[in-house]
Amino acid sequence: MHNKTITELAQGLRAKEFSSVELTQHFLNRVNKHADLNAFITVTADLALQAAQLADVRIAKGEAGLLTGIPMAHKDIFCTQDVKTTCGSKMLDNFIAPYNATVVDKLNAVGVVNLGKLNMDEFAMGSSNETSFYGTVKNPWNKNAVAGGSSGGSAAAVAAKLAVCVTGTDTGGSIRQPAAFCGVSGIKPTYGRVSRFGMIAYASSLDQGGSMARSAEDCAILLQSMAGFDAKDSTSVDTPVPDYCVDLNKPLTGLKIGLPKEFFTSDLNADMAATLQTAIEEYKKLGAEFKEVSMPNLKYAIPAYYVIASAECSSNLSRYDGVRFGYRCENPADLNDLYTRSRGEAFGKEVKRRILMGTYALSSGYYDAYYLKAQQVRRLISEDFKNVLSEVDVIFSPVTPTPAFNIGEKTANPIEMYLADIYTIAINLAGLPAISIPAGFINEMPVGLQLIGNYFDEARLLNVAHVYQNTTDWHKQSPT
Amino acid sequence: MTINTEWETVIGLEIHTQLSTKTKIFSGASTTYGAEPNTQACIISLGMPGVLPVLNEDAVRKAVIFGMAIEAEIAAHSVFARKNYFYPDLPKGYQISQFELPIVGKGFLDIEVDGEIKRIGVTRAHLEEDAGKSLHENFHGATGIDLNRAGTPLLEIVSEPDMRSAKEAVAYMRKLHELVRYLGICDGNMQEGSFRCDANVSVRPKGQEEFGTRAEIKNINSFKFVEKAINHEVERQIELIENGGRVVQETRLYDSVKDETRSMRSKEEANDYRYFPDPDLLPVFVSEELKAEIKAALPELPEAKKLRFKTDYKLNDESATILTSSRDLADYFESVVKISGCESAICANWITGELSAALNRADLEIATSPINAERFAGLVARIADDTISGKIGKQVFEFLWDGSESADEIIEKQGLKQITDTGAIEAIIDTILAANEKQAEQYRGGNEKMFGFFVGQVMKAMQGKGNPAEINKILKAKLA
Repeated sequence: MHNKTITELAQGLRAKEFSSVELTQHFLNRVNKHADLNAFITVTADLALQAAQLADVRIAKGEAGLLTGIPMAHKDIFCTQDVKTTCGSKMLDNFIAPYNATVVDKLNAVGVVNLGKLNMDEFAMGSSNETSFYGTVKNPWNKNAVAGGSSGGSAAAVAAKLAVCVTGTDTGGSIRQPAAFCGVSGIKPTYGRVSRFGMIAYASSLDQGGSMARSAEDCAILLQSMAGFDAKDSTSVDTPVPDYCVDLNKPLTGLKIGLPKEFFTSDLNADMAATLQTAIEEYKKLGAEFKEVSMPNLKYAIPAYYVIASAECSSNLSRYDGVRFGYRCENPADLNDLYTRSRGEAFGKEVKRRILMGTYALSSGYYDAYYLKAQQVRRLISEDFKNVLSEVDVIFSPVTPTPAFNIGEKTANPIEMYLADIYTIAINLAGLPAISIPAGFINEMPVGLQLIGNYFDEARLLNVAHVYQNTTDWHKQSPT
Repeated sequence: MTINTEWETVIGLEIHTQLSTKTKIFSGASTTYGAEPNTQACIISLGMPGVLPVLNEDAVRKAVIFGMAIEAEIAAHSVFARKNYFYPDLPKGYQISQFELPIVGKGFLDIEVDGEIKRIGVTRAHLEEDAGKSLHENFHGATGIDLNRAGTPLLEIVSEPDMRSAKEAVAYMRKLHELVRYLGICDGNMQEGSFRCDANVSVRPKGQEEFGTRAEIKNINSFKFVEKAINHEVERQIELIENGGRVVQETRLYDSVKDETRSMRSKEEANDYRYFPDPDLLPVFVSEELKAEIKAALPELPEAKKLRFKTDYKLNDESATILTSSRDLADYFESVVKISGCESAICANWITGELSAALNRADLEIATSPINAERFAGLVARIADDTISGKIGKQVFEFLWDGSESADEIIEKQGLKQITDTGAIEAIIDTILAANEKQAEQYRGGNEKMFGFFVGQVMKAMQGKGNPAEINKILKAKLA
């Protein structure tokens, strides 16, 4: 059952080949069996089986949608009412959310079965899931390798078939990079497409929720029920959500694809370049035309990102003060002691590093040189994308410089870790949608390709990804 | 510095007015004062992980109303910024305020001190959220936090340093207090903290252009204390300088019990608030249409109303000033004139006289007067048409105040109707003249005072119900 797509499972449920309860139990068994991957922080087996029962009733009544009764799981950044919501941090190890994120509510409304909460880098700050308070997620293809981050638990759960599909969030590549490392598909929609209400903030102007699954088609089905305007999120955009599935098979004849020359330099790993070239040839066969494009300001993306994201996180994480919820140190001597020890004891090293960087960047006398300058760079990068996307329909690029690295390999050098996000970060700065899909293997480890689209052009990205997946089978490979 | 230096005081005020919206500035929680602690603190007021602010349009509207009333420029585009600092009653670790781009720009307010009109500049007015309250009593050495007030909308109105005495500062504050209540944007309740003042005070030798170093006195919540606090601070600064000292820039607290200001923190200890635009909120755009709509609905302002009362109702300056001191009182007056159909002078006299005195004694506002405009108009109408005398009017007033009957019902029930039947008055006068022949002789002999004696006797015999004009007329004729 765990090899089926959402559409196949929905058909099976309707045809009574199996019930949602049976399907859910099957996935819960797999979650248990693969507990060593450390993909889940919390498994909500009882709640899942209850939801499955309700889904079965709905299916019997003929009131089911494609996602009704489908076992999925949420990244532990989405608040789930009455269920522990940790954001991967000791700070929220005792936090039972009093409300549901809009995304959770929307998916509950269509009758999904939530198996539990997925592991992630602490407060989504990390590229390898090594910053999680709950331990590193292992890559299902090689347990010595990282699953990527910050949605590492999400990617590993899909790759190991512990859930049919999952939610993730992406601030600088946090959906796309782990998707590539684990050989799954993942889409980061346009900023404002999916509500951020109830999605614990890391960097508010960059954070965006999205879907991850084994195929672009399944990503489309899940995203369909996540996207849409939310009056509770002022930055969500009030524009209609198109049907993401209707044009999935649209031929790619005449599609113009841009290749940013700044990404395809001699610096690009030779194996990666060869893998991507194979994908380019495949797209050409499908009728697409390639064109070299230039985005001269991309080189500033990483420093601009780390200034803006750190600045926003330094403020967003101020609410974790030990006063109202979350971790509180024992026997605080006074207010200052309460603050410093609660935060000092409960935040991990990477979170502290970014709070410090962000606090510095916003400080009086440094604001203009760092934060303001980074915002100017951000506008230039957006302009670059805007110019290129007026010439081509989508942009093609690597997702990562290499396949998944080994656990512990980069923890000693944060800069090296930051540089690994070079192909994904600029997209968040511009607020554009992008999808990562499997494109081959290097040394038996999966690698991905990235397609970047214009604002609110998710349907086209899903179409371009799906047509490729119709003629290739990289996405159908499974770890042993 | 010689002892003989003449000093000039320079004062600028920052006034926090609580906008009278039903719900908070960024959430749907109620703003009602006085509820049990934390019963009006929703997940947004509590700063729970994942929550987002949504701007209350009514707060924007009220800020625009204020801006228009002081003829200020309304920013077409204003921005909310985060002011970052840690405090237990500041749930998010930052206050959402406006920094570089406030909604209301430069305007002015004219004040009158000792018969002189002076124009005080308003630098800006910006929207922000209030913090909660720390409760230090009844917690056995710990501090209680009440977040009911957290997120209440405030308009911070910043003046230019244009005031030169505590008296001017109080006049400005009173004028502003009157204005915001007139506009219906703030209830002006100072005990409940709806109208609070910070005063920036400095001194300089007369004639010097450069400002002296200022001290900021925080959170003064009465007109009396503002005057005392400023006067005390001015004395302190002059004494300090004359003794060879130097004023340091600092924040001070006014202690109303000891009548002194105390240092709270110096500039060096001041927070670096690390302001930056709040990424959770979009810029606020105020359209020309909205401005036009608000302008059209702007209530008549105190000065214009006073002028109109003087011309339309032929009131003297004193009556017009009193009757336009609040919008409620002015509305009451106009209703009484309209309903009673009487001369405005008699309406004004009875409102500023009997009614105001009774309200003062009972510590009530016109809005909570036990006698509404309709019932009061009934009283004035009966006095004006001579159904009752002014003296009886006072008795009727007492009945109106204590009960719910109309003036007519009271007059009827209590038999207070004035006797205007000349035959009845004549008969009583004849009896009295017959019984007091000696006094009549005295009057005829030139003792004019005796006339009053007879009026009194007749009135007494008629239990106050005789028409005074008729009595005078008949008495004069009979005594001639």
